[in-house]
Amino acid sequence: MEHHDNQQHLISYGTYITVWLSLLILTGLTVAVAGVHLGKYNVFIALLVAAFKSSLVLLYFMHLRYENRLFHAMFLVVLFTITVIVALTYVDTLAR
Amino acid sequence: MSQATAQNIPLSFYEEKSAYPGIFAWIFSTDHKRIGLLYMFTILSFFLFGMSMGFLIRLEKMFPGGQFFQPATYNALFTIHGVVMIFLFVIPGIPAVFGNFILPIQLGAEDVAFPRLNLLSWWLLVIGALVIFLSLFTGSKLPDTGWTFYAPYNTITTANIPMAVFGAFLVGFSSILTGLNFITTVHRLRAKGMTFFRMPLFAWSIYATAWIQILATPVVGITLLLVIAERFLGVGVFNPSKSGDPLMYQHLFWIYSHPAVYIMVLPAMGIVSDIIPTFCKKPIFGYKAIAFSSMSIAFIGYLVWGHHMFTSGMADLARVVFSFLTFFVAVPTAIKIFNWTATLYKGSIELRAPMLFALSFIFLFSIGGLTGVMLGTLNLDLHLHDTSFVVAHFHYTIFGGFGFALFGGIHYWFPKMFGKMYNETRAKWAWLLLFIGFNMTYFPLFLAGLEGMPRRYYDYLPKFAPYHFWSTIGSWIMISGILFMFGNLLHGLLRGEKADDNPWGGSTLEWQVPSPPPLVNFTTPPVVNKDPYDFSDILKKRNSSPTPQDQEDKGGQ
Repeated sequence: MEHHDNQQHLISYGTYITVWLSLLILTGLTVAVAGVHLGKYNVFIALLVAAFKSSLVLLYFMHLRYENRLFHAMFLVVLFTITVIVALTYVDTLAR
Repeated sequence: MSQATAQNIPLSFYEEKSAYPGIFAWIFSTDHKRIGLLYMFTILSFFLFGMSMGFLIRLEKMFPGGQFFQPATYNALFTIHGVVMIFLFVIPGIPAVFGNFILPIQLGAEDVAFPRLNLLSWWLLVIGALVIFLSLFTGSKLPDTGWTFYAPYNTITTANIPMAVFGAFLVGFSSILTGLNFITTVHRLRAKGMTFFRMPLFAWSIYATAWIQILATPVVGITLLLVIAERFLGVGVFNPSKSGDPLMYQHLFWIYSHPAVYIMVLPAMGIVSDIIPTFCKKPIFGYKAIAFSSMSIAFIGYLVWGHHMFTSGMADLARVVFSFLTFFVAVPTAIKIFNWTATLYKGSIELRAPMLFALSFIFLFSIGGLTGVMLGTLNLDLHLHDTSFVVAHFHYTIFGGFGFALFGGIHYWFPKMFGKMYNETRAKWAWLLLFIGFNMTYFPLFLAGLEGMPRRYYDYLPKFAPYHFWSTIGSWIMISGILFMFGNLLHGLLRGEKADDNPWGGSTLEWQVPSPPPLVNFTTPPVVNKDPYDFSDILKKRNSSPTPQDQEDKGGQ
């Protein structure tokens, strides 16, 4: 078990480049959407894209995808907490 | 006393040779016990400094009208009191001291998971503290924002706020690294047989706290950096004149600072959960309920920050939602209080000094918690917000809760940390002075607040005079108790008798190692095969042969 944990998973350059290109495209999407007036939905789209991008970085660049399930669970706890916090903040700002 | 032969006793961590001479053997040590003690002396020094500020605040308010200070100096006094007490004493607090010293031993580990990171955390706290103190003398006036650094005033005051908040940012980093260390330690370094549900409840509380330290602290870190960006780069984030949103500052600040209340109080609850079974000699009632309530407090703590903002112009919907959610925190807290009380039932209660602190924690924290429910009630808060009722409430939770548990923890683990014993009669007298003084200082503030005494005011109407007068007298009694307590502990440290390895008959792992522990804690790796609060062996041993400590107590009482 421990031996398995310590094994390094090799990720091909192709995957890295695909992820990098996806990040660039998603950044372009954020910039493009910011120029379109969608009211309160602008923020939601920006947050969704940002969450997706950070997930890509964590999963591939930081190898989370190939890690123990415990780390996946921990990551989901963090993501869930942040989602709740952002949602509760918007209970104020959207209803103000 | 356990008088083993010289060759049987391993060298204590104090006696181990270090690569560095003198004080450097401490400030460059990566041993969790030394770092725990470094933290203890550091934060207690900050406490004494903060206490002096509190003493001056109460002195100023003893009578209506100006007494000793100018109004601006008074504003600086309560700001410095708050910043030092919260950021430098209460937040590092119990995790930094006992999380470091006791947690690894309770888990059966040699050290924390990342010893060097641990040392860096202490250094970050010290550097952050230096930056905060430096900020006092480098602005055109002393910081006067209150400990919350609220916007937009924080962007326009001429005090050196950017430096103060940068100091707080560094201290926050220390907190994050400490949390990271403890989560990894709990997951990776438990001894053989030490399952999650065999961990002492103090370890559970430190684990729950560590999650808050990691998840919540970055929010305030970024917020404080945004304040600096606003001051220096002119970015409009919080200042409305630059189309910023001052309420956003309050949101971000309290997203951290409310969970931070549980950074302060959860470990305190952990200490109480360890002290009570030891001095009742029976397993804690509802072990799993207490463990899970720690985790649920850690989570619910994220959902309630808006109750600090009921009168700040937040949307009505949000006010109702936050008020509703706030009541949920009371549930896991009440679970703990009922379980501690149920543990006392039919227990063989010994009112030793640590137990007195633990019992007064339950009493004082209940008052603090229930007045918290009052303040979380939206309509009542409209009247009580920013009155001295709030000041009384949070001193009951933070000082009555955290403070009493910390002092209880110091008395409980003192023999383990130093291998010496303090004078217990004096410790009890100090506790009594502290308890009476505490209630006399803060209870009148509830009454004054109910009648409308605003907080942070330099002067007040004559009708509030009796409350302030008695509160100030109370503060003198309280401070006498604190100084007497520290004097007694210091005397125990220098001249105290040698302590037993297990003077209280505790059942958790730290009581099975020598006092003070050897460098690696356990000479042979421990194997855990029973619940943490199983006293059957200890009681069997005690019944067959009373320890010298017992006989001494019987003679002395």
